[in-house]
Amino acid sequence: MRKVVFVGATKGMGRALSRRMAERGDRLFLLGRDSEELGKAATDLSVRGKGESVAHGALDLESPDGFDAALDAADAALGGFDTVVITAAMFATQEKLEEDADFALRLLRVNFAHTVALCENARKRLLARGGGTLCVFSSVAGDRGRKPVAIYGASKAGLSHYLESLDHKFRAQGLVTICVKPGFVKTGATAHLSPPPFAGEPEPVAEMVLRAIDRGTPLIYAPSIWRLVMLAIRHMPRAVMRKVGF
Amino acid sequence: MSGSPTKRDGVLEAWGRVSRPAAEVLGEDIEAITEGSPLSRGLGRSYGDSALPARIGGSVSTTTLADRLIAFDPESGELHAEAGLSLREIFRIFLPRNFYVASTPGTSFVTLGGMVAADVHGKSHHSAGTIGRHVLGLKMRLADESIVWCTPQERSELFWATVGGMGLTGHILEVRMRLERLPSPWIWSRSERVPNLKVLIAKLHETAKTWPMSVAWIDTTSTGDKLGRGILDVGRWAEPGEAPSEPPRQKPRITMPDIFPRWLINPVTIRMFNFLWYWKHWQPRREGVVHPEAFFYPLDMLARWNRAYGRGGTFTQYQCVLPMGNDEAPVEFLKLLQSLGGDSFLTVVKDCGPEGQGTLSFPREGISLATDLRLGPKTQGIVDALNAFVIAEGGRIYLAKDMLTRPADYAAMDPRVEQFMNVRRRFDPELRLRSAQSVRLFGDPPEVS
Repeated sequence: MRKVVFVGATKGMGRALSRRMAERGDRLFLLGRDSEELGKAATDLSVRGKGESVAHGALDLESPDGFDAALDAADAALGGFDTVVITAAMFATQEKLEEDADFALRLLRVNFAHTVALCENARKRLLARGGGTLCVFSSVAGDRGRKPVAIYGASKAGLSHYLESLDHKFRAQGLVTICVKPGFVKTGATAHLSPPPFAGEPEPVAEMVLRAIDRGTPLIYAPSIWRLVMLAIRHMPRAVMRKVGF
Repeated sequence: MSGSPTKRDGVLEAWGRVSRPAAEVLGEDIEAITEGSPLSRGLGRSYGDSALPARIGGSVSTTTLADRLIAFDPESGELHAEAGLSLREIFRIFLPRNFYVASTPGTSFVTLGGMVAADVHGKSHHSAGTIGRHVLGLKMRLADESIVWCTPQERSELFWATVGGMGLTGHILEVRMRLERLPSPWIWSRSERVPNLKVLIAKLHETAKTWPMSVAWIDTTSTGDKLGRGILDVGRWAEPGEAPSEPPRQKPRITMPDIFPRWLINPVTIRMFNFLWYWKHWQPRREGVVHPEAFFYPLDMLARWNRAYGRGGTFTQYQCVLPMGNDEAPVEFLKLLQSLGGDSFLTVVKDCGPEGQGTLSFPREGISLATDLRLGPKTQGIVDALNAFVIAEGGRIYLAKDMLTRPADYAAMDPRVEQFMNVRRRFDPELRLRSAQSVRLFGDPPEVS
């Protein structure tokens, strides 16, 4: 049984993963911005769980000043957490980000700088108690510079880079870092886009991630076909990438 | 972190693979996605046009992402959840706790809202009725955008018009429903080969007295003494002593690829399939513990089985109930179907118990027959002829399956339509909530005025 701090459990893949955790008896503490939504998610997880009710606290990825207090609250509620899962992030299409510079800056801060800051805070706490698991959702968008994900992809590339380094540096001290790179997954966040080939559903992705957390697999692509897709894309010559639209 | 509902222009498909351009509104917040919307849709398992927009390119709210549990009381079995929750999730979460819905359709790929809107029935109809009997309350968004609760006691007219009302009385946002407490999550089942439809119907009546669940599959291609030979399945929840100690696990699914030619299903392959299906049950009788998924949802293991009709191939299911009293009627129905050339891959027969309280609820006491028909130039004629027979017998058809029935035929079958329309008009004078089916059958205007 894990004691999990979960950032992003209200929607999409975070919703599916937190459900699997609650259903098998993991203890959860939810963090997020919208306390009403968090309350509904906590109730859903409590009904699915094995008796214990799920609590929640406030955390806004746009306000790093609050990170310490949020993790203190989680620690107090869980009696010292051993696992941190972050699925929350911002997403927008490249057109939107090119048009709206303020929004682009917010996205870069939230997805990269502030997520790293939150991981750093959690890392220190976990290392102080002998280790634990840090599982963070990055994206296949960070694997190669591509036209439709120039800004979003850059934020995720930075995050993936950081997570890999963390795993190399602290694995020996007991901190397991897991970087999840979802391909296109059909959730509320991607509902306005037409699903490309190999689009996945959140539930199988959640099951894969849960296995990776238990086994300590440092990098997973979900659905796994995206490992091959991205392998091909990473090896495509620049001249080709400049021509194609994806 | 994107919270607001999003709209996507595309094409929505019904289970019979008929489709219509539509703007699909998707999102986790069910109150937000239904605001200003003319129609809600769940997992799209209705065969015909019930979950397609009234107008080409019209918007439809898909509720499947709104699937949170709100409460469950293990004492009373009362479940409260958002309308997009799928029956498959209820199976996964509650079956290991020895609770399940008292009435289930033949697939678990349906949402709570869809189950209420079609007032679904299943193998347990003769003992447990339709799902409407077990619903305790509905939270709805009405045509005037107000959000209200209705129950069998409060706003009862609206409640019963919504049960079986195909989503035309309002958007179902949340459902409170009583789950049945089970002795174990496994099924004790008995199946037997039956030589013809006449014997089969006698056996359905007989087994109904002692078995809470039953259904039969029949071979529609056999004739003479063997007309309508089939396999009768009866069952009940297994007692703890009979069942394995572990709860059943959901089985993995294989997804059918969309690669088949449209001629794959033809009179010859249908005859072969029906023959093999009958003789696959080589023992005269089998009895024992079976997996509930195999018992309730044999076709769910093959995801997207509707692709067997081939690329671009469309089909419908004709389901009717013929009232109690004339046991010859189903036999005549089958003969008529054969004479019309209505080759069917899979035909299901079930005895129904008393009619439910839903204003437009489908089942009534008698025999229900459901048969798959490929859509082609002949199909409208077949459906018209079958409808004429059903009208003469005093029966009716099931809206969740229908695609081709003519409005005059439906009105002749179901005098309750008038009462249903009165309730609709009271809560929605402009008939703002509508579907392709309501335009076809109830004469709703296709364009919003």
